[in-house]
Amino acid sequence: MNTLKALLRRPAVAVSLLFIVTVVLLAALAPWLSPFDPDEQFVEGLTMEGAPMAPATPYWMGTDLLGRDLLSRLIFGARTSLFIGVLANGLAVLIGTLVGLTAGFVRGWLGSVLMRLTDLMMAFPALLLAIALSAIFQPSVWIVAMVIAMVNWVQIARVIYAETVALSARDFVAVERTLGASSMRILFSHLLPHLLPTILVWATLGISTTVLLEATLSYLGVGVQPPTPSWGNIIFESQTYFTSAPWLVFIPGAAIILLSLAFNLVGDALRDELDPTLKGRR
Amino acid sequence: MLPFICRRVGYALLILLGVTFITYLLLFLLPADPARQIAGRSATPEVVAAIRAQLGLDLPFYQQYLSYLGNLLHGDLGRSYIQRTAVSELIGARLRPSLELMAAGIGFELLIGISLGMLAALKRDSFADKLLMAFSFVGVSAPQFIAAMLFLYFFAVQLGWFPLGGYGGASHLMLPALTLGLLGSGWYSRMVRSSMIEVLHQDFIRTARAKGLSRARIVFVHVLPNAIVPVIPMIGIDIGVFMGGLVVVESVFGWPGIGQLAWQSIQQVDIPVIVGVTTLSAVAIVLGNLLADLVIPLVDPRIDIKQH
Repeated sequence: MNTLKALLRRPAVAVSLLFIVTVVLLAALAPWLSPFDPDEQFVEGLTMEGAPMAPATPYWMGTDLLGRDLLSRLIFGARTSLFIGVLANGLAVLIGTLVGLTAGFVRGWLGSVLMRLTDLMMAFPALLLAIALSAIFQPSVWIVAMVIAMVNWVQIARVIYAETVALSARDFVAVERTLGASSMRILFSHLLPHLLPTILVWATLGISTTVLLEATLSYLGVGVQPPTPSWGNIIFESQTYFTSAPWLVFIPGAAIILLSLAFNLVGDALRDELDPTLKGRR
Repeated sequence: MLPFICRRVGYALLILLGVTFITYLLLFLLPADPARQIAGRSATPEVVAAIRAQLGLDLPFYQQYLSYLGNLLHGDLGRSYIQRTAVSELIGARLRPSLELMAAGIGFELLIGISLGMLAALKRDSFADKLLMAFSFVGVSAPQFIAAMLFLYFFAVQLGWFPLGGYGGASHLMLPALTLGLLGSGWYSRMVRSSMIEVLHQDFIRTARAKGLSRARIVFVHVLPNAIVPVIPMIGIDIGVFMGGLVVVESVFGWPGIGQLAWQSIQQVDIPVIVGVTTLSAVAIVLGNLLADLVIPLVDPRIDIKQH
């Protein structure tokens, strides 16, 4: 609670949180809030020449190349982007924490194998790997989330590994051991609580990376497939009209940047608040 | 020093072996059948089977992989399924544009990142500092394709200062390199800022001030060289990020480089080319990290390699 209060005292973070809550609400209440059906192609939604319409009433943000209402597609697209952002990042944090915790606590050959695996993953160009993976599997919302998680867990694993190694060397762990606590007990009642702040920070910061990766994959056409709207594939679909109808690129583009920025700002502030060693250094 | 270098190089080779293995395995599991794609839709099953045998696609996985590795040792990356030319030739033709773009991009990144980071650290907590850090935040939160399209729209379509894309001289290079550089600079400016603030608080800087050295001399001779050390390993890591960025930026600007080749080959399921590009990227990343590891002890003698 104190952390939340401290966060809200920073204006940029308060605005970011407000934005995130708004997007979550829009996504949750999409069927009631969106002015039109996101998939309906309006005949009057195109100009006489069949081009997309610029923002005006009744289509406040204009229409896309098929005469669909951009605002409605954005609102429904928020569902896809948030869903993938949260699911993919949740998976990445879970895998990363498991791998990092195991490698850092168990060490031995298992630890080395796991950390060599992260070295290997670091040598893969992440985006290239993600593109190849989603091209291999027929991309659906779930597959895209899996692919992103498979690419993104590595960094988290490394951070958790380093912290687990440092924590395991601390006196309180040695004391627990001499008191006869089992490894599982040390792991879950002593190490994990200390790692929670880090996990929480990555759970927030990571969503920013995930949202960007999803948008990039969808923009390249290997992410979420139309007609399911996502902020990235709205841009993918409209890029041929980009010089004549720039709003089709820049409105969803701004939505992507703002959402990613918001999670980044909140995550960064969270790190400041939760890490006492950083206090006063900024 | 020598045993350290040997160990690092040996490890780097091991990593590369792992990367080729995983890439090859992934593509082996691919549901699409390259033989059918080459033969075309109307081909008879006999023709498809013949092509499969000719390409060695009917062999078990380990045989395919081992023969690939054997060829790799001779510098043979295989032949493209679609274009029927050697992969090394295809990559060779694309290497120069990508290297140009990468060099210019990293150049911009360092120039913008280090100078903004310095400025923010020296004017710490001022309005300029806050503005610069906000900018770096926006930079790391913006996807490359949106920034690329934004630049293209304003500087090429609206203002007409730069060509709309394609390969050419400095005017063609400017926008894609700026996209990569500007967005990537955020990490550097944040890192340079915090490491400079740390160095500024050190005793030897106070001594330098007490000796009456000029401000410029203190900043450029005493602070900057110390503050810049953590940037070096970042360049190594950054090469990996750049390989991904190249795919996006080259596709927006129509820059005929490795990234575009990777993108085209993925769409056409041209396996030898995909494996070739991935291997090349991994080589670039491993080499970048290796170089950074080797350069750091030279730049900063305090770092003892024996500890690693």
